[in-house]
Amino acid sequence: MTPADSLQTLGRAADAPTPLLRVEGLSKRFALHPERLLPWRFDKRSRAWRRQRIHAVNGVDLEIQRGDALCVVGESGCGKSTLARLIAGLLSPCSGEVHYDGQRVDHLTANQWRPYRRRLQMIFQNPFASLNPRLTVRQTLEEPIRLHHTDWSRARVRDGADALMADVGIDLGWSERFAHEFSGGQRQRIAIARALSVNPEFIIADEPVSALDVSVQAQILNLLMDAQAERRLTYLLITHDLAVVEHFATRVAVMYLGTICELADADTLFANPRHPYSRALLAASPRLRDGQVQTMRLNGETSMPIEPPSGCVFRARCPHANSRCQRERPSPRTLAEGHRIACHAVEEGRI
Amino acid sequence: MALLEVEHLDVRFPLRHGEIRAVRDVSFALDRGERLGIVGESGAGKSVLAFSLLRLLSRPGRIARGRVRFEGHELTRLSDRQLRRIRGNRVAMIFQDPLTTLNPVLTIGQQMIESLKAHRRISSRRARSVALQKLRQVQVSSPEQRLAQYPHQLSGGLCQRIVIAIALLLDPDIIIADEPTTALDVTIQAEIIALLKHLCEKHNVGLIVISHDLGVIGRLTQRLLVMYAGRIVEQGPTRAIINDAQHPYTQGLINALPQMALPRQPLAQIPGNMPSLSQVPAGCAFHPRCRYRLTPQGQPRRDCSERVPEAVVSGESQVACHWVRELIATLPIEEETI
Repeated sequence: MTPADSLQTLGRAADAPTPLLRVEGLSKRFALHPERLLPWRFDKRSRAWRRQRIHAVNGVDLEIQRGDALCVVGESGCGKSTLARLIAGLLSPCSGEVHYDGQRVDHLTANQWRPYRRRLQMIFQNPFASLNPRLTVRQTLEEPIRLHHTDWSRARVRDGADALMADVGIDLGWSERFAHEFSGGQRQRIAIARALSVNPEFIIADEPVSALDVSVQAQILNLLMDAQAERRLTYLLITHDLAVVEHFATRVAVMYLGTICELADADTLFANPRHPYSRALLAASPRLRDGQVQTMRLNGETSMPIEPPSGCVFRARCPHANSRCQRERPSPRTLAEGHRIACHAVEEGRI
Repeated sequence: MALLEVEHLDVRFPLRHGEIRAVRDVSFALDRGERLGIVGESGAGKSVLAFSLLRLLSRPGRIARGRVRFEGHELTRLSDRQLRRIRGNRVAMIFQDPLTTLNPVLTIGQQMIESLKAHRRISSRRARSVALQKLRQVQVSSPEQRLAQYPHQLSGGLCQRIVIAIALLLDPDIIIADEPTTALDVTIQAEIIALLKHLCEKHNVGLIVISHDLGVIGRLTQRLLVMYAGRIVEQGPTRAIINDAQHPYTQGLINALPQMALPRQPLAQIPGNMPSLSQVPAGCAFHPRCRYRLTPQGQPRRDCSERVPEAVVSGESQVACHWVRELIATLPIEEETI
């Protein structure tokens, strides 16, 4: 049995149904300083020149069941957006596998991806950048419908776009307007309508409300949840805002420097976070009415995951780190059904 | 006498297609050592308000009316030369993104010493030791080394600490911080909040924090102004406002936060969007979105669309709403919003 096999059996109960999405050992590295004349560095241990690379995503295992809203939460640079793009097939992984509904999809060509695009759609953070400024709202919404349903009549495509606009709350009279004529919240509605236009079952949303004001954020979150209830959607939502996670998620994955520290049901994680980083993150997020919470202080700041990463990625800031954490990378272990954590200290019962 | 007094301040931007009134009839005061928050959504005029205090408005913005008094000096009347003695010296500013605030081609040491020498007759050696002392105050590790480094070599949180150290260089009486933690990660944000609070308490510095994040404001400030479409709609103790908001807009803003709803339940949303500052509705600017705009019989309340509401005392706050005493104080908050 390879290590990857053992991880997989650990993380998944034997009788669980086939997950909609399964990710195994997924990794993505980016070259650091590709613009530099000499992006290499002499590595003393292996006595060779090596190209410096950032391990944006480093061995992530994950599965998403149908109907889940999995939130990936973490600080900037932890690789959560890269993970989303790998799953959506916008980036190809350096190693690891992505299985969508039982089929392996990570090595597919653009043409082979097309049937999956109809089932899996993405919403981006900045609706100012993700909408084509030269298309009207109607064109924006009709284009994907036409592309995926080449046999539909013009009238049918048109009706489809009208229905979408009604669904997300865009006035039909505005359908001939361009994206720049709308406010941020309205644009995000259009982006959501575009994602829904091909009737997907799975939506990946990368910080969909971070650029929006509080009152508009509430409107968009409500819209996303309504769409989930009406269309039986499954979500993967990337965010750094724990309040949004607590509200929206059924499952939560906490990421730190390219790895998942803790994966649990939302209720479990917020009631009883186990990983030291999850605890610090929860303690640091400002709450409204519970007065002054004791903040768990972390030392230092996030570094960049430049290779070779040894030991636990969080060890430099962790108050519980010991010599084992320096040497050995903790592998994810299942604490209880659906609660997986990668931490030596928790495993040894030190915390 | 308060340290800073703002009275009936109006800021306008005359443009070709009409005038934008970004700040309308704003009055507040700040005492020595007091921490004041200004909260509102984007386009509410909070940054313009902060910039106008030091006359840092970009053209064609101008203060059309009102007074800004600092220790009794009328800042709106000072010459640029006189004003420069106050800016950076007595009143310092901290901006949102530390990496754009710091000069990328100067070392941290050069920038700190430069600002000291611009305001004080001081030797380079002495300036250096003051800079070191301030870096230690903001808990920057190995400060000597930092002085020789450039901003791009440091992380975002460290840069923001250095920006705070620069703000503290000349022992100001007031620090104005415009979204000081928005560009930072949650764990770093918590540290910066603790640091700002500690420094203001220790050195008795007044603090004005602008933020759209009620969580940050709640942790950091004692008093709060809530702005909507250029006006202050509610003003009072931060705790009181967060726990028991009086103005319908403040209530809506707080109830729209994801923390305020049960998980997976719909959030209470304010219908519509904030009006653009060039097309603010007549009367109360919030009335088209307000859930109290109609009487129980379904008639629109005429006051709301005709007269600009005066601030009245309600609870512990001053609230600019015609109906706050009659309605909101007596009406129980609807179930859905709890």
